[in-house]
Amino acid sequence: MKGRIALVLVAAALMVFAGYAALYIAPDEKTMHAIQRIFYFHVPSAICAFIAFFVVFIANFAYLGTRQPKWDWLGVAGAEVGVVCSTIVLITGPIWAHPVWGIWWTWDARLTSTFVLWLLYTTYLLLRGFLDDPQRKATFSAVFGIFAFLDVPLVYFSNRLWRTQHPQPVILGGSNSGLDPTMGKVLLISFVAVLFIVAILIADRYRLERLRAEYEELRYRAESRSAEAAAKTPRTVTEARVE
Amino acid sequence: MTTSRAAAILLAKELRLEFRTRELLTTTVIFALVVVVLFSFAFEPTAAESRRYGPGLLWIAFLFAGSLMLNPSFAREQSNETLDALLMAPISPFAILLGKMFANFIFLAVAEAILVPVFAVLYNVSFSGVAGRLILVLALGTLGLVITGTVFSAISAHARMRELLLPLLLLPILTPLLIASVEATASLLADQPELDRTWVAFLAGFDIVFLTASWLLCDYLLEE
Repeated sequence: MKGRIALVLVAAALMVFAGYAALYIAPDEKTMHAIQRIFYFHVPSAICAFIAFFVVFIANFAYLGTRQPKWDWLGVAGAEVGVVCSTIVLITGPIWAHPVWGIWWTWDARLTSTFVLWLLYTTYLLLRGFLDDPQRKATFSAVFGIFAFLDVPLVYFSNRLWRTQHPQPVILGGSNSGLDPTMGKVLLISFVAVLFIVAILIADRYRLERLRAEYEELRYRAESRSAEAAAKTPRTVTEARVE
Repeated sequence: MTTSRAAAILLAKELRLEFRTRELLTTTVIFALVVVVLFSFAFEPTAAESRRYGPGLLWIAFLFAGSLMLNPSFAREQSNETLDALLMAPISPFAILLGKMFANFIFLAVAEAILVPVFAVLYNVSFSGVAGRLILVLALGTLGLVITGTVFSAISAHARMRELLLPLLLLPILTPLLIASVEATASLLADQPELDRTWVAFLAGFDIVFLTASWLLCDYLLEE
């Protein structure tokens, strides 16, 4: 418990510092000015969304291999946090794009892929809500999760092939994209801060899912027991009558 | 019994079941037709426009019709718990999946064979001269649709609100397939029709990836 509080405090401190760094330390961008600073949270959220979805894939695979419920809990934790991260990406993106590109949204490969990714993992979470039997829920959502993950590269490449003429994001890229070294450092700081929060969220969500699974397991068992008892009742009545 | 023989027997069973009632085929064809007709009310396309939007419309109609048609594939095994009987048979679960995939492929292919000529007439689009290549694109696209769709139909059969759930599971996964099929079909409708090989290869890749995945995961999908 103390360790958790310490972790949360560290994450909060990191986040405050990252916010300060993004607003005051990072140099002003030549053409985009203040709006460019959203970049320091947009990009880390995008990377963290991919990390979270990768965690889901590993968890799904491990679940099918071992059948240990803990992997299922990790899967749902990763998917939920990943969906939150990609929602942040999908909201901060248009906020930046409107003044810079002049439009809120374009069906560019990256944007479309992120959107489809968001849809896929939202469906993953929806599917879980519609399956009652805990074991079947875990197995089927793992199978769906693996299909969804296999789909990701296909979505990306089909969009790349399809929308080649569209503008690529202006400032994304590796070290050779003309990113100022200070900007790179600030980006790294905010990435670490967001990653910290994401890790804490996944761990917390995992704990919550474990508790919920235990509760549901108990309820499921109690329900099937009372159903069995109800099935037995008429027989006892007739037996009593015979006697 | 080999997997292919078991799958063939199951395919025959699915076909016999369907051709006794013809429920699925009739509803699928009519539904796809309704989509095609509604499209003309919604957009009133000119000849040039229908050549531009036709491939997309056609594939949207197939995707929607397919996602509705695939629902009963596993769900109708449930009323008499016949899936349990199939699983007890000494055959691999992949044979069950394969038999159903082929059956669904045939149903959807029949629906497409009816729909494409009707579409060509209604929208004044000519497929003459490219029929062979069109069949290749249709076959690859439909294969991808039924592979993922049959797997997800096994999943949604056990869920609440399954009729609603299957399109929801299926359509986002199929976005790459939709793009590739539409682009490949559109390349056949151009003034100089030439099949876009990149998209055909992409479709084949999609089919292979998901067929392999269903082969690897079918034990988990069909267990009791």
